[in-house]
Amino acid sequence: MPSNNLDQLYRQVIMDHYKNPRNKGSIEDGALTIDMNNPTCGDRIHLTLQVEDGVVQNAKFDGEGCSISMSSASMMTQAVKGKKIDEALQLSHIFSDMMLGKEYDDSIDLGDIEALNGVAKFPARIKCATLAWKAMEKGVSEEQQQN
Amino acid sequence: MLSKEIRSYFPILNQEINGHPLVYLDSGATSQKPVQVIEAIKKYYEFENSNVHRGVHTLGNRATESYEGAREKVRKFMNAKSTQEIIFTRGTTTSINTVAQSYGRANVKEGDEIVITHMEHHSNIIPWQQLAKETGATLKYIDLEADGTLSLEKVSATITDKTKIVSIVYVSNVLGTMNPIKEITQIAHEHGAIMVVDGAQAAPHLKLDVQNLDCDFLAFSGHKMCGPTGIGVLYGKQALLEKMEPIEFGGEMIDFVGLYESTWKELPWKFEGGTPIIAGAIGLAAAIDFLEEIGLDEIEKHEHELATYAMDKMLTIEGLTIYGPNDPSKRAGIVTFNLDDVHPHDVATVLDMSGIAVRAGHHCAQPLMKWLQCTATARASFYLYNTEEDIDRLVAGLRTTKEYFNDAF
Ligand SMILES: Cc1ncc(COP(=O)(O)O)c(C=O)c1O
Repeated sequence: MPSNNLDQLYRQVIMDHYKNPRNKGSIEDGALTIDMNNPTCGDRIHLTLQVEDGVVQNAKFDGEGCSISMSSASMMTQAVKGKKIDEALQLSHIFSDMMLGKEYDDSIDLGDIEALNGVAKFPARIKCATLAWKAMEKGVSEEQQQN
Repeated sequence: MLSKEIRSYFPILNQEINGHPLVYLDSGATSQKPVQVIEAIKKYYEFENSNVHRGVHTLGNRATESYEGAREKVRKFMNAKSTQEIIFTRGTTTSINTVAQSYGRANVKEGDEIVITHMEHHSNIIPWQQLAKETGATLKYIDLEADGTLSLEKVSATITDKTKIVSIVYVSNVLGTMNPIKEITQIAHEHGAIMVVDGAQAAPHLKLDVQNLDCDFLAFSGHKMCGPTGIGVLYGKQALLEKMEPIEFGGEMIDFVGLYESTWKELPWKFEGGTPIIAGAIGLAAAIDFLEEIGLDEIEKHEHELATYAMDKMLTIEGLTIYGPNDPSKRAGIVTFNLDDVHPHDVATVLDMSGIAVRAGHHCAQPLMKWLQCTATARASFYLYNTEEDIDRLVAGLRTTKEYFNDAF
């Protein structure tokens, strides 16, 4: 019964991030803190970002949610660590296009994130996948405004 | 069990979803609509459409007759004394907000208490939170028993002489628990409080009798009982409604309008400002005819049987937890569960790929989720068109889900 479609959604990499999340936890002091939830389903993320000189030096998350939202959070923190703010925002933009099923910029190596492209075929799950990215965007744009 | 022929009245059920025949187990969110209801709305728009209580012309009369005829049908359906006690609203949410804003603002003051429970839907929590904040009253929660039922001892211990409003769900949309509304109403009245009932999950599934319950207000939605969306009912005792102020002002609800002062129409129209939900009320009346022809008692029995069957079968799946009373006779056709540590969203997605629709999330009851100590659950809710085969499909789907998540990765 689990169709090919399901296998496209639940890739091995996704389940690996879900079961062994990277950057789980919270950065203690001086970090940007963003709390976001998905009111329709109760998923929530607590994201902490350490931004110095326009670069995301560290990123950690805590939260509760389904395999898609939590694996996406894990991948996001992995992807933005060491990136400049505009690079992180650009990644977020690419991710959003991917979720909307649009053509996306593939000149950048997306690494594990690519595995989430199956989510686009499951409209009800797109919000799960984008939660962590929205939190990151909110955090860095606040940081940008302050400087 | 009800006859499977009932399914043939619901065109939507006769389709494939993701390559499998649809099994619809989300009637708790909204029920499907039989042809009788769809046709009644179509007939209204094709032959009667017109505004009500206005024109002198024939269509206007037809529309008014159908709309007011629907009100009489609702009155009988819930055994109210008079059609003056039946107010058409947009749904349960609007009905409860009307009580909170009209009765509540006029009768609740600082130091008073409003009493609800931990198993309420957000629509029976937030209107009272807001009222408590505005007035300085205290919002109190009745604690639940371990199996998700209410005990009358705790009800008695929570309601005091300071309590002005008690508002409780008749049938829980998460636990399926059926609450002893009649007994709770008596306790509320002994303390001089009024009793408001959230009947959203009760109206579709059991015989309502507001005179027997003796509750002061009761709210329900048409869309959960085979009727259309956008129509609901607020029942209120006439003596209370008479003294209450409308919360919406405009056309249809007025008697005389001067430059600086106006007067209101009599009940129930003073609470129905603006062009009413005419097609919705007519659709609701058709839904009531449909349900009564089958019999609410029969429907309730059918759901108990399905719930019993479902709980038996589901509990054979290792790692599956069912929330709420273990005794199926204490619950309506609602089974909320979790499967091991597979997140309910993932459960719902895998089931959906097999054509099975269940709900996943917090079911608009975040305080209850907190009480259950989980952030989300999956819910299968049954209605008159569901069968044992639907449940067999659900159980098979759950087994596959478990295998998929436990073994595939
Ligand atoms: C117990 C309960 N109360 C209230 C509501 C709200 O109903 P509506 O959204 O139709 O206003 C619902 C439906 O979701 C419910 O299940």
